[in-house]
Amino acid sequence: MSKRKAPSGTSRPTTYREALREGLREALLQDERVFLMGEDVGRYGGCFGVSLGLLEEFGPDRIRDTPLSESGFVGAGIGAALGGMRPVVEIMTVNFSLLALDQILNNAATLLHMSGGQLSVPVVIRMTTGAGRQLGAQHSHSLEGWYAHIPGIRVLAPATVDDARHMLAAALADPDPVLIFEHGSLYNAEGALDEAVDAVDLDTAAVRRAGTDVSVITYGGSLPKAMAAAETLAGEGISAEVVDLRALRPLDDATVMASVGRTHRAVIVDEAWRSGSLAAEISSRITEQAFYELDAPVQRVCSAEVPIPYARQLEEAALPQPATIVDAVRRTVS
Amino acid sequence: MSSTTPQHEGKARSAARRSGRKKGPATAARGTPDRHPAPGHHLSLLRRMLAIRRFEERCVELYSGAKIRGFVHLYIGEEAVAVGVNQALREEDAVVSTYREHGHALARGVPADAVMAEMYGRATGCSRGRGGSMHLFDATHRFYGGNAIVAGGLPLAAGLALADRMRGSTRVTCCFFGDGAFAEGEFHETANLAALWRLPLLLVCENNLYAMGTSLAREHAQTNLAMRAASYGMPAWTVDGMDVLAVEAAALRAAESVRAGNGPHFLEAQTYRFRAHSMYDPDRYRAKSEIEEWKGRDPLKGLAELMRSEGQLDDRMMEELDMEVLAEIDQAVGRAEEAPLEPVADLLRFVTSETGSTA
Ligand SMILES: Cc1ncc(C[n+]2csc(CCOP(=O)(O)OP(=O)(O)O)c2C)c(N)n1
Repeated sequence: MSKRKAPSGTSRPTTYREALREGLREALLQDERVFLMGEDVGRYGGCFGVSLGLLEEFGPDRIRDTPLSESGFVGAGIGAALGGMRPVVEIMTVNFSLLALDQILNNAATLLHMSGGQLSVPVVIRMTTGAGRQLGAQHSHSLEGWYAHIPGIRVLAPATVDDARHMLAAALADPDPVLIFEHGSLYNAEGALDEAVDAVDLDTAAVRRAGTDVSVITYGGSLPKAMAAAETLAGEGISAEVVDLRALRPLDDATVMASVGRTHRAVIVDEAWRSGSLAAEISSRITEQAFYELDAPVQRVCSAEVPIPYARQLEEAALPQPATIVDAVRRTVS
Repeated sequence: MSSTTPQHEGKARSAARRSGRKKGPATAARGTPDRHPAPGHHLSLLRRMLAIRRFEERCVELYSGAKIRGFVHLYIGEEAVAVGVNQALREEDAVVSTYREHGHALARGVPADAVMAEMYGRATGCSRGRGGSMHLFDATHRFYGGNAIVAGGLPLAAGLALADRMRGSTRVTCCFFGDGAFAEGEFHETANLAALWRLPLLLVCENNLYAMGTSLAREHAQTNLAMRAASYGMPAWTVDGMDVLAVEAAALRAAESVRAGNGPHFLEAQTYRFRAHSMYDPDRYRAKSEIEEWKGRDPLKGLAELMRSEGQLDDRMMEELDMEVLAEIDQAVGRAEEAPLEPVADLLRFVTSETGSTA
C-alpha cells in the first residue's frame, strides 16, 4: 500500500456516506470476486443508505440481501472468502455483530493459525458503531475495542472522508479478515475529499492537527469532537496535536509515541467505556514506551459507565464531548 | 426432487426407540445400493472403515500413554457415514467437519501420517501442530476442518457453496454435524440461507442419538430431524448410518442432485458411537445394553458378513487386510514420533498472512 500522498489542494465536498459508497462501487467494478452481502443492503439501499443504487448497477447476485441471520451470513462471508471470493459483509450495527461473534472470533480470526497457515480468510466486515443519535442502549454501543482485542483480524475506524473512500480497497487487498467500524454520526458529515489521494495505508495513524502542548489521541466518531476541542484550546493558547489512530488493531505505536515525545502530555478520547477499554491499552502502552517523556499523568475521556441512555441530555452527558475533552486537556497542562 | 412422505425406516428402529427417538424418521433413502458392484468395491469400503477404526483404537492407546493429549473424540461405530458419504464426493468438492473428524479427514484422503503427526503436535502435522485432534485441516484436499464450536462449521460451508454457486461451478460442499448441532441457531440460519439461495450444499447430520450426555429426546422437541430439515424446502432423507452401502447410495443420489443445481440436500445418518463422547467422559448416561445392541450392528461386521456371504471375503483375506492397515498406522506413529516439533520460535506465525496478498 502506498502511503497517503500530500494533499493536492484540489478537493470536492463529499459526505462520509457518499465516500463509502464510492469506495464500494470502485471495489465492485475492479474485481468481480467482490460482492456486498448483508441485511437490507439491496432493495432498501443499506440501513444507513451506503449502498443505495448499487443493486440497480450490480444486480442481486453481487448486492445480496440476506435474511436476519447475523451468524449465518457472516459465516457465509467467511466461507465464501475461503472459497476464493472477496466478500464485503455489512452488519447493521456492532450491537448485532454479537450474534456473529462466534463466526468472527472462532472462525475468521482463527482459521489461519489453526490450519498452520493453510487457510487465509480475506473477508471484509463493515458495521456501524457508536452513539449520539438517541437510539438507546441496544443501538449505541462502541464495541470496536472488543474486536481490537482479537489477534488475527485488522480493525479499522475511518474518521475522514478520504479514509471512508479508500480504506475498503486497502482492506480488500489484505489477505486476512478486516473489520471496518463506521461511526453512525459521521454518515452525514461532509468533508473535502482530496482528489489526489487514491490510496490509504492501513498501518499508520495520522496526525490530523499539529500541536506542541498535548497529544489528543482518538479515532472514529470522536475525531471531530477532538478537533473542535483543539480549536477551543487554541483560543486559550494551548496547542493540541490531534492523532487519529485509524487502525485500532494493529495499533501504530510509533506515531503515538512520536507525538507524545513532542508534546509530553497525552489525553485519550474513546467513546467506549473506560474499564478494559482501548483507551486503557493506549494509556498502558504510553506508560510502557514513553514514560520518561511524560510531564503529566495520561488522561482519558471515555463514555460514562452506563448503558447509553436515550434522553438527549443523558446521552450527551454520557459521551465524550468537546467540552469534556477541553477540561481534560486543561487538567493535564495546568 | 422433493422430500417423500413420512415413513418408517426399518433397521434403526428398535434401538432408536429405546434411545428416545419419539418417532421413526420422516423419510427413508431408498437409493439403489449397488449390491453387485465392480470387484473390489466392497473391499475398498471395508478397508477404509477398518483404517479409521484401527487408527482410532491406536489413538486410545496413545492417549493412555500420554503421547497425545487434549480433547479426543472418537468416531468408532460411525465409520460407515464418513466412508459412505465420501464415495459421493469428488476431489474438487469441499468438506467441512466437526471436532469428531478423524474419520472424515481419513475418508477424505488426508494422509494418516499427517493426521497422526497433528495429534502429536508435530511440525509435519496437517495443521502444523496448531490444531490437534479437533482442528485437522488440509487445504489440498479441500478439508476445511476441524471445528470445535458445535454448528460453527455450518455457515462456513454455506459460504463455500455460495462461492461455487456465484462462479457457476458444479462443486459440492459437504458439511458434517451432529444431532446436537441441529439444535443450534446456526443450523437453522444455514438451512434457511442455503435453501433460499439454492446453494450446492450437502448437509450430513450424524445422528448418534446423543449430544455429549443429552439424548435426542431431551434436546429436541421434535426428534424427526429430516422432517424439520425438509420444512426449509430442501429434500431431506434419513438413512441407516450403520450400513455403508445404504449411506453410499443415499449420498450419491443426494450429491448428484446437489451437483445438478437442485440446491441443498439434507441427509440424516442414524448412527451410534460405541465409545464415550470424549476421553474424559465416564459414559454414565447410556445403558450398557443399548451400547451392546448397537455394537451388534457394527458397520464393519455388517459389510464383512455380506461379503462373506457373497464369497468376497474369508478369514485369511480379513487378516491380511488388518495387517496392512495396522502396518500403515505403525508407520504413521513411527513417523510422528520422529517428526520434529514445531519450533517455539514460530509461535506467532500464521496469526496474519505471511504473503503480501492472496491472488
Ligand atoms: C457452541 C458449543 N456449545 C457447547 C459445546 C460443548 N460440546 C462439545 S461436543 C457437544 C455435543 C455435540 O453433540 P452433537 O452435535 O450431536 O455431535 P456428536 O458429539 O454427537 O458427534 C457439546 C455440547 C461446544 N463445543 N460448542
